[in-house]
Amino acid sequence: MHNFDFVKPATVADAARALSADGAQALSGGQTLLPTMKARLAQPSVIVSLTGISEIKGVCAVDGGVSVGAATPHAVVAAEVGKYYPALAKLAGGIGDPAVRSRGTLGGSLANNDPAACYPSAVLASAAVVHTNKRKIAADDYFQGMFSTALEEGEIITSVTFAIPEKAAYVKFDQPASRFALTGVFVAKHKGGVRVAVTGASNNGVFRWTEAEAALSASFAASAVESLTVSAEDMISDLHGSAAYRANLVKVLTKRAVTAAH
Amino acid sequence: MPKDGIGASTVRREDVRFLTGKGRYTADINLRHQTYAVFCRSDIAHGRINSIDTAAAMAMPGVLAIMTGADFAAMGGNPAGWHIPSRDGSAMREPKRPVLAHGKVRHVGDAYAIVVAETLEQARDAAAAVNADITELEAIVDMAAAVANPGHRVHDEIDGNLAFDWGWIEDNRAAVDAAFAAAPHVTTLELTNNRLAPNAMETRASIGDYDPGTGDYKLYTTSQNPHLSRLLIAAFVMGIPENKLTVVAPDVGGGFGSKIYHYGEEAAVLAASKALERPVKWVADRSEAFLSDAHGRDHVTKIQLALDKQGNFLALRTETLANVGAYLSNFSTATPTFLHGTLMAGPYRTPLVYVNVKAVFTNTAPVDAYRGAGRPEATYSIERVIDKAAHELGLDPLAIRRQNFIQPDQYPYTTPVGLVYDTGNYNATLDKMIELADIAGFEKRAAASKAKGKLRGIGYSTWIEACGIAPSNLVGVLGARVGLYDAATVRVNATGNISVMTGAHSHGQGHETVFPQIVADMLGVPASSVDIVHGDTSKIPFGMGSYGSRSLAVCGTAITKAVDKIIAKGKKIAAHMLEAAEGDIEFKDGKFSVAGTDKAKAFGEIAFSAYVPHNYPLETLEPGLEETAFYDPANFTYPAGAYACEVEVDPDTGKVTVESFTCADDFGNVINPLIVQGQVHGGVAQGIGQALLENVAYDAQGQLLSGSYMDYTMPRADDLPFYTVDHSCNTPCTHNPLGVKGCGEAGAIGSPPAVINAVVNALQRGGHKAVTHIEMPATPARVWAAMNA
Repeated sequence: MHNFDFVKPATVADAARALSADGAQALSGGQTLLPTMKARLAQPSVIVSLTGISEIKGVCAVDGGVSVGAATPHAVVAAEVGKYYPALAKLAGGIGDPAVRSRGTLGGSLANNDPAACYPSAVLASAAVVHTNKRKIAADDYFQGMFSTALEEGEIITSVTFAIPEKAAYVKFDQPASRFALTGVFVAKHKGGVRVAVTGASNNGVFRWTEAEAALSASFAASAVESLTVSAEDMISDLHGSAAYRANLVKVLTKRAVTAAH
Repeated sequence: MPKDGIGASTVRREDVRFLTGKGRYTADINLRHQTYAVFCRSDIAHGRINSIDTAAAMAMPGVLAIMTGADFAAMGGNPAGWHIPSRDGSAMREPKRPVLAHGKVRHVGDAYAIVVAETLEQARDAAAAVNADITELEAIVDMAAAVANPGHRVHDEIDGNLAFDWGWIEDNRAAVDAAFAAAPHVTTLELTNNRLAPNAMETRASIGDYDPGTGDYKLYTTSQNPHLSRLLIAAFVMGIPENKLTVVAPDVGGGFGSKIYHYGEEAAVLAASKALERPVKWVADRSEAFLSDAHGRDHVTKIQLALDKQGNFLALRTETLANVGAYLSNFSTATPTFLHGTLMAGPYRTPLVYVNVKAVFTNTAPVDAYRGAGRPEATYSIERVIDKAAHELGLDPLAIRRQNFIQPDQYPYTTPVGLVYDTGNYNATLDKMIELADIAGFEKRAAASKAKGKLRGIGYSTWIEACGIAPSNLVGVLGARVGLYDAATVRVNATGNISVMTGAHSHGQGHETVFPQIVADMLGVPASSVDIVHGDTSKIPFGMGSYGSRSLAVCGTAITKAVDKIIAKGKKIAAHMLEAAEGDIEFKDGKFSVAGTDKAKAFGEIAFSAYVPHNYPLETLEPGLEETAFYDPANFTYPAGAYACEVEVDPDTGKVTVESFTCADDFGNVINPLIVQGQVHGGVAQGIGQALLENVAYDAQGQLLSGSYMDYTMPRADDLPFYTVDHSCNTPCTHNPLGVKGCGEAGAIGSPPAVINAVVNALQRGGHKAVTHIEMPATPARVWAAMNA
């Protein structure tokens, strides 16, 4: 790891000011950034820790949903969101291991947008709104491909509000080594229709399986997607699974998520 | 008899310090004026070094020294421990393995420079500033291509990239081929034994400490065999007198083979320490471990079994390409040959066997012995082809094994591949396994799995291995360049407690617990009064270290022989003190007594007398009570066993879960049943890891794809079942006094074929009749692909 300066502001405004410095980098739970720095693959000159900002931490009910502060660790989401949104709490409780869950945060996961991360699927399937220090971004506009988001330079996620569906479930199939999602599917049945978001599978990052959404909006049963096929085109192919294998998982896991949804 | 003697399930005494953070590993050692080393490693698989510019790096803060391959060019090469001639009689092609790469880099991770600085971060910064001009050459990664494209050479002087083309036993080849030509049925299977990374919990680490006052070198290092490392470094590589080098392997956090070998980093830190007259410390990070530790396995094999229609084995032959990587590591030539070819009879009466192994250089990390070392490769090939043959002939997989077993009245049994099995009873372990695994209840369990939508399968393996490789005069004829004895010194102190200095080295095996049990049992003293000293060449006799499940059978026997000498000397002292004839002295339960009388001296009194010899036969007997014994075994030992594995396969995702794993092992006599169970658990975990999870993968350019735990799947607790382990069926080894055989590698040898046989069985039972084989690791994606081919 290279040397760097470290600041830990108490407000979002101070954090934004600190991030305007040359070579500044926001740090939340550090589950991606710190290993990258240890491997000397990143060398920010200033680390701006966001974990001292109380206004972006915690869980609270809001009109029609639940708001989760961006610097809320997965373990807190797992423990506190269950009464509002059980499927989201279960997802958070299945990320990584206890050490990861006690440090990693929702905002960190979304800002990084790892193609195999769990949270993006929940945000997209829930039609959640990403709040930043500058604006509100709809989930459909937020994710822009692998490791790419609508965030601008220095923009800080402050919270995410999730609309609570009638029924939802997240089912993931672990990549055997990392236990990230080799593929994960979040199914959410909203009043206005079903949303199906898939993580881990695509070279373009998290995406919505719109054919399944239409079929499930007509009939919310695993059998509704039976006749659909998932194209392997643009699916990730690596040591742990071919594109065809991931395409198969998308369908298998969607069916399982529909069955598990409550 | 002490309660904590032979047969007691004593809890491992060393675990207290390991589990409370009080172990002292190489990385825990810090010396005065210590400096820090970082190695520059190649990021390409194959390239020609044009120049290495170190000027900018040398000018950086804190940098003390930078040495490159050129600085070590005059030193010797790190040799292979066995010379394996080809079947045409030609000598093994053994390229020089330099301390640091010189002229060419030959694999990703090949070290070409050492950078030493005041701090670790300074050394890292400077290493990044070393400017190596390297012309990339085409990487030679695939073994078949390496052999088929003579123009492409890992070593410029070796066309065809073969170290040797070995036939075992070459004289039998024609008879084997004739048997195949006449055979009613031939089963053929092509399979890959996947490459594994050893992944000891402690990465390699070394501290070189040169004393300018005496000219003595000291090396602290992560070694399974400090004397062997000293010999290699002193006599072969650095050319310094052996008595000017001390090697200390303190607590070592696992080896699994990977720390048998001498690595260039050890010589480099010693040389740098001499140049700077300061200690030089290097600790590998996990990424370096993946890139530069010797890997294991990596065979591609075609195996054929000839049978009659009743399933009797008539002949067996194999052709194997064994990857040795970029250089010949110390045991790399023995592993695919004398630890592999000689095991190809298995526990069976197969009358004719021929094995061909071609050792192939590639632009990958060196491959060497890893837990089991050759024997897992042999067992996997045999046990897989037997299952395939049974399937083709419509025979029961257990019945076909049983009908071909060597029978209990056939020992000593000479196999067609050069070994003489001294004892065994394969029916007994098979029967025990059938009972413990409840084979009779399988169909009921399979029906329950089916009701859940899962495919259940069961697989077996009846395995044998050879441990305690010996005797030295025989292995010398076969090409070994070292002896394979071991040694122990038993020092009875004046106050009666005992220090035992062993050539064996403990890095997870529990020697500090088990060896005292033996001494306690023989001398009738509490095991707690016996301590083991190991790992420091300045303290221990010259022994060959620990690998190949040899510690107990070889070093344990040396201990018993040294204790025998202690008892014999004690009898002389007792005879003098008791004024009796030496022949009338009996030693039992810690007392020397005159036969038929109540006159006796306790062991402690004799020990005290030996060091305070006031009433002592000084005219005829030296004072002191310390004895050393070297032991060179008359034969290998032959542990064997029967394993059963039950799996469930998810037909939608291909995920395999191991539902049960049952081991019935014959390890001969057991000294500490608890430790034996632990060894089997660990071995099976690594075997299941090989079968389902672990895989070292390189791409076509020789880049390591599985270079971290993000992509290399280590087995975790929730990947593994609760094991059923039994070792009650034992046939004691006939040629060592303890009757022990060794248990360290058994689990890793016997388990992979049982797992894969179970997976194939599950798929076939589930209607996928065309699936006759699936490669390791049987990942979900591979199993799904097999079902959807």
